[in-house]
Formats: sequence, C-alpha cells, structure tokens
Amino acid sequence: MSLDKNGIAKRIAQELRDGWYVNLGIGIPTLVANYIPEGIEVEFQSENGILGMGPFPFEGEEDADLINAGKQTVTLVDGACIFDSATSFAMIRGQHVQLTVLGAMEVAQNGDIANWKIPGRMVKGMGGAMDLVASAENIIVAMMHTNKKGESKLLKQCSLPLTGVGCVTRVVTNLAVLEIKDEKFHLIERAPGVTVEEIKAATE
Amino acid sequence: MNKVVKNVEEACSGIQDDMTLMLGGFGLCGIPENSIAQLVKMGVKGLTCISNNAGVDDFGLGLLLQKKQIKKMISSYVGENEEFERQMLSGELEVDLIPQGSLAERCRAGGAGIPAFYTPAGYGTEVAEGKKVEIFNGKPHILESALTADFAIVKAWKGDTEGNLVFKATARNFNPMMAMAGKITIAEVEELVPAGELDPNFIHTPGIFVQRIFQGEKFEKRIEQRTVRPKN
Repeated sequence: MSLDKNGIAKRIAQELRDGWYVNLGIGIPTLVANYIPEGIEVEFQSENGILGMGPFPFEGEEDADLINAGKQTVTLVDGACIFDSATSFAMIRGQHVQLTVLGAMEVAQNGDIANWKIPGRMVKGMGGAMDLVASAENIIVAMMHTNKKGESKLLKQCSLPLTGVGCVTRVVTNLAVLEIKDEKFHLIERAPGVTVEEIKAATE
Repeated sequence: MNKVVKNVEEACSGIQDDMTLMLGGFGLCGIPENSIAQLVKMGVKGLTCISNNAGVDDFGLGLLLQKKQIKKMISSYVGENEEFERQMLSGELEVDLIPQGSLAERCRAGGAGIPAFYTPAGYGTEVAEGKKVEIFNGKPHILESALTADFAIVKAWKGDTEGNLVFKATARNFNPMMAMAGKITIAEVEELVPAGELDPNFIHTPGIFVQRIFQGEKFEKRIEQRTVRPKN
C-alpha cells in the first residue's frame, strides 16, 4: 500500500529534530505540523512573518490580520513573534531555519527542483520557493511519486523551468524515501507493501 | 513634523499615469484598500505596480487590473487572480516575477541607499538571466538591483501625526520596506493618534519614511482562505 498525503506528512515528521526551526510549504508540507513526534519541540516559520505559528483558529476567532504563507487564517503559539518580509528572508537566507519542506512538480537526480511554472499554462510565480531552496541546508521535498497522468516526477533532468539547482537532498513520496547523492537517487526506505520494482518503474 | 492629510483624495493627489507605485500587503492581508479604491476612482493608467501579489479578481489590486490601469506588475506570486493570468498570457500585461525574499530585500535596499546586492536565490533559473554572477564562499550568487517608487502606499494598524507606524500581526509583511523606498510614502491607518501616544520603543516604521498619513474611512479586511477548527 502506498502512502496517502497524510502518510507522507507523517513520515516526514519523523525527520524533525528537537530545537529546529522549520518552514513548511503549501500542500502536503503543511500537514507535517499535525504529526510532530512526542517529546520534540520545533517552531514553525511562515515566510510572511511568523515564528511560532500555531494551528487554525477556532471558529469565530479568525483574524484577517493573522495568516500564513498560504493565506490561511492561523494562530500564534506562546512565545511567537512577528516580523517583516525582509527579516523573514534574512532568517531563511542566513540559514537560521534548520529545515525546509516543500512540494514539487519535478525533482531531478542531480538535486534540481521545478515547482513554479508551466510555460504558457500556469503562471503563479515562485513566491518564496527560490529563496528557500537556494539557501536551506536541509530540504525535503514532499510529493506524489507520479503526476496525474501517471508520469514520473523523479527525473534524470527537469523539463520545467527550474526553481533551484542541485539543492534537494531528500524526497519523500507515496512510494519511497529517497536520498540524492552523487547525482543519483538512492532508495532509503520503501512505503509499506511497495516493492523495489514498483519504485523503479515509477522513477525515470 | 505633522504629516496628516485630510483624506484619501489628498493623500493620493499627484499620482499620475505611467508612475511606479509600491503597494504593501501579502495576499489581501495588510493592503492599503482605501488608497486602491481611490486609484480606481482617479482612473490613473499605465501604472507599474510593485506588490508581492496582485489581489483577487474583485479585491485589492485586482480592482486596478479589471480596469486595465496596470501596465506592469512586479510580484512574487500571483496565483489567486484569473484576470491577471489572462492578461499575462495574452501579453496585455507585462510581468516581472521575482523571488519573494529578493523582492523584500530590493525594496529594503532601495530605501536604505544600497544600489544592488548579491543573493543565491534564483541562481541557475530564469530569474538569473542577464544578471551578473559572482562566487562567494564557493557558492554562486546573482546581482539584484534596488527598487524604488514614485509613491509607496502602505497600510498600518496605528499611526501618529508624525508618521510613526505600528503594524498588527502579519499585516506588517512588505509594508515597512516599501515605506522606506517611496519618494513619497502614503500611510493609511486604522487609527490615527496624536504624537506622544505611541510608545517610541514599539514603533515599527519611523516617521521619517512617511510623508502623508490619514485614517482610512473603512477597512473590509477580506479573508482569502478562512481556515478554522471546530470548537469542542
């Protein structure tokens, strides 16, 4: 059985270490916050200006002035702080954030990542993704192994416009945990019940 | 020095066709909504707008897009606006997409008198095309230039008659850097108080960066993604 989105998030949460500041991207990465292992303290950074981001507010307590980078209403944990966008990216560029988890459309075996643009079709922009991948020492990509058409998202070379070069070190998908080293994907772990052949078949 | 202007009309006077504007906000959070409404009313055209996002179809900068008042957008993420995407793909609208951290720093640099700086963000991507590359500490960086604007329009929670500003929660975002980078900076605030009422230790934007300040008539503060959990 391959993992669902929550399963991927739960697996990534096992990579968290006590005392880390962590930036979670939109989509599957956001779900990681629901599975922090017991006995571990981490603090979430949201690049629009929060350190110490908490869960969604209770119904009726949402505040238009308090959102995360996905524009969702959120809360603050005790000890949280607020800052401007330049300070936020100083934390990111200056490598004060220990882990970045983000989604991708494509990842290549040399660590390149593409997740911001499909020429002529989707133009949403890169947001903070280019700053994050260029500077983070520890990047985990959370994504499904294949796209909706069943084509592999783990490629020899990215075909879409790049977000960053040679920066991804780890990929967690519905099928496997892979490490990128020496310009190759290395299989670290299989999802429960998934065979090596299935993973190979789903990887370019 | 008293920076107070009567109303939004006086605050936005002097904004003309083909000018470059900076507008604070992240999504719909912390946007100068009264001033945007005034720009629609004034009908100024050919604008270059520097703003992290482009609003949604019927709010924020989306209102200016609908009226085709914007010639060029400089942003990092524009995903929530269909009209924007249509104008961009059809070539009606010029768009410069830049990494969010580089956008923030380019505004900060513009206000701080730093003409350009190196950053690793965007190296090896489309963003780096035509930009100078330099290796520092063994890692390639690209040269990014500062941004300034004819007018910067920001939104704050509280402000005093001297132009000192305090922002609330994540409505701060790009507002402080943009306030620094405007030749003329307009601040619209929810609450305008006399000088001496704000604690000088807790000012986010010093009044020197603000030329005009007024209390906005009303703030809709629309929520883009209302996410809640049920009360048990």
